Amino acid sequence: MTAVEERLRSLGPGALLVPVVILLALLYPKYVESLGDAPLIGNFVPALGSMVIMIVFTMMAVGLNIVVGYAGLLDLGYVAFYAAGAYTSAWFASQQFDQWTFHFGSVGIAETVPGIHLSIWIVLLIAGIFTAITGILIGLPTLRLRGDYLAIVTLGFGEIIPQVVRNGDNVFGFDLTHGTFGISPIDSPGFGSVGESLGLPLSYQQSFDRAQWFYWTALVLLLITVFCSSQLRDSRLGRAWIAIREDETAAAAMGVPLMRTKTWSYAIGAFFGGVAGAFYASFKSGAFPADFYFNISIFLLCMVILGGMGSIWGVILGGMILGYLNVEGLATLGSELQGAGIDFDPTKYQFGFYGAIVVLMMLFRPTGLISERRHKRELELGVADTPLYDVTTEGADTDRDPSND
Amino acid sequence: MAAQALTASFDKLRRSGFVALLSYALLAMIGVWLVGNFVQGPAEFTNVALIGLTNGAIYGMVALGYTLVYGILQLINFAHGDVFALSGLVASTIIISVLGLERDASVLAIVGGMLGTLIVIMIMFATINATIELVAYRRLRRAPRLAALITAVGMSFIVQNVSLALYDVNFRSIPSFIPRTEAIGLGEITYSWNKFAALVITVPVLILLTWFVRSTRQGKAMRAVAQDREASAMMGINVNRTISVTFAIAGALAGSAGLVYLLQFNMRYDTGFELGLIAFTAAVLGGIGNLSGAVLGALLIGFIQAFNEGLAWYTPGSDWTRTIVFGILIAILVFRPEGLLGERTPEGA
Repeated sequence: MTAVEERLRSLGPGALLVPVVILLALLYPKYVESLGDAPLIGNFVPALGSMVIMIVFTMMAVGLNIVVGYAGLLDLGYVAFYAAGAYTSAWFASQQFDQWTFHFGSVGIAETVPGIHLSIWIVLLIAGIFTAITGILIGLPTLRLRGDYLAIVTLGFGEIIPQVVRNGDNVFGFDLTHGTFGISPIDSPGFGSVGESLGLPLSYQQSFDRAQWFYWTALVLLLITVFCSSQLRDSRLGRAWIAIREDETAAAAMGVPLMRTKTWSYAIGAFFGGVAGAFYASFKSGAFPADFYFNISIFLLCMVILGGMGSIWGVILGGMILGYLNVEGLATLGSELQGAGIDFDPTKYQFGFYGAIVVLMMLFRPTGLISERRHKRELELGVADTPLYDVTTEGADTDRDPSND
Repeated sequence: MAAQALTASFDKLRRSGFVALLSYALLAMIGVWLVGNFVQGPAEFTNVALIGLTNGAIYGMVALGYTLVYGILQLINFAHGDVFALSGLVASTIIISVLGLERDASVLAIVGGMLGTLIVIMIMFATINATIELVAYRRLRRAPRLAALITAVGMSFIVQNVSLALYDVNFRSIPSFIPRTEAIGLGEITYSWNKFAALVITVPVLILLTWFVRSTRQGKAMRAVAQDREASAMMGINVNRTISVTFAIAGALAGSAGLVYLLQFNMRYDTGFELGLIAFTAAVLGGIGNLSGAVLGALLIGFIQAFNEGLAWYTPGSDWTRTIVFGILIAILVFRPEGLLGERTPEGA
């Protein structure tokens, strides 16, 4: 008993807040409508469908936080992982490959429909693993670079992958991505006839409470991500990430295998991006190349920075705020302004706002809304910022023999 | 464990001559491709090469802005491309609305108007770029480098949205008062005046810049600060002012590039994003921090792009330009991060 009390005290007042927030979030579909009728704020309450998108983006931000916040590797191409996840979902749960017919656990579609149709739950896992492998493949040659060079390389991949997707409708005669048209429709998640007998929907898309089910699923996925993320932070691997972030050379001297540790952060960050992307594609019932542009990467980065790099609760807060502004808030604000006779459309300048947020946060509160303790200390006391890739002694710092790791 | 094994095998690959062999093979293939295209149509090939030369000159001016700033602050100034786009848009306003230049104006009016616009734009954007440094980057001198880089990304979006607010989403262009007739003609090979004008403006600007960095006191101060900020402060160099001057020069270069770009193409608020990335790739290709490297890289990228989009024989085409340019960027950063000319400071200018 005392042990539990002690643990609670060590967690601080936040310990009580967390279950309350989770409970409120779980019950959101039940009170969203009455909240929407409330005076003054009513118009600004996000609809359930918007909440799903907000949560998906927050999930990606939590994934990105593992790379940027924990390991201190600036990734400007996270959208590539989102795209990889979305297209995995499109490959394994749609009629894209109609030369084959393969069904496994698919719900709500006839067995005779051509194409590969796996259960979305399996597809989510495949998407995560596929994206993690993509992350490793991108990471292996690039992670030996430091700081800004790494940022540029990831940016390059973030630019290449959408173009490859767009041009991928004729890979030596094989239609892999269906080009600019994208792949649609994508199967919906569901629990099939077994789930139906338990009161769960057969297929979300065909359910009357479709938004509600998508919402709960998204929330559960986010909670899993947050749980993994917080467990990882305190694990041996997580401490190694933070050590690398603070001082790469010292971490290497203490026996932290640099390449392996960094690659893991990439792979795990990518995993969550892939799962989120796959789920989002299933929610939208489509994957389109136009969705994967550079601004998304910046948008996600902005969430991490606004919330606080390395701080999970901060990133969730930042993600929900910016997600809300992006999905609904700015548009609502615009129409309210329009109603008040001011002709100004804030959605047009949304990326200007995000840019301004990033700059202001960096200048005046670099630790974010909810600062992570260690990061705060780093920013106040400074870090041992080693010069980036020293070309005069090529790779002297990072070019270690990995077999000694 | 798998990751480790992969890392190990990747390292082994790097150490063995395999990568070098691969790159030679690739270069040989490119050589064959170029010769093949030349044989197919020599005149067409030369015309395409001239387009590449012109575009390369424009990229070069923007790339120099990246490389100057990187040399002195080790900061990738993401906002640079957007400053370039804004400068082109403002130049179009000056030419059309302020000066009211028409297509049938006299040669003197056109030349005078262009030169006047060039000077106004250069001064204006030198000031704007130095102000950006003052407002956004100066406070972050001692912050982790990541902080300044993230701020630069944010600034890029701010500048882009300023363009958007001022000029909306429409493309802007100026009347084609520099005739598109040929300046140099040799059989089927032509080089039109409006492309030639790009070189007429670019080459003197580059010579001026080289002279400035090499021969003036301020240029020497810039090189000193790039080499060692603390030591140069101890020698009595005003570091902050030197950095401001560097940003001002970069801004002036972006301004002139904006005008030259406008002579040939339409512009809108987001033109600078893609062009900025291409120019940055050029700077990295040549060896970031190295002035002549930036120009060399820019010309190479200009040629690559023009060949890819203009040639016919076994060419990927414009759908793949971005992939090719960024593929080069990644390959350079991974295998030869010091770039082609391999120096990190503008000493070798």
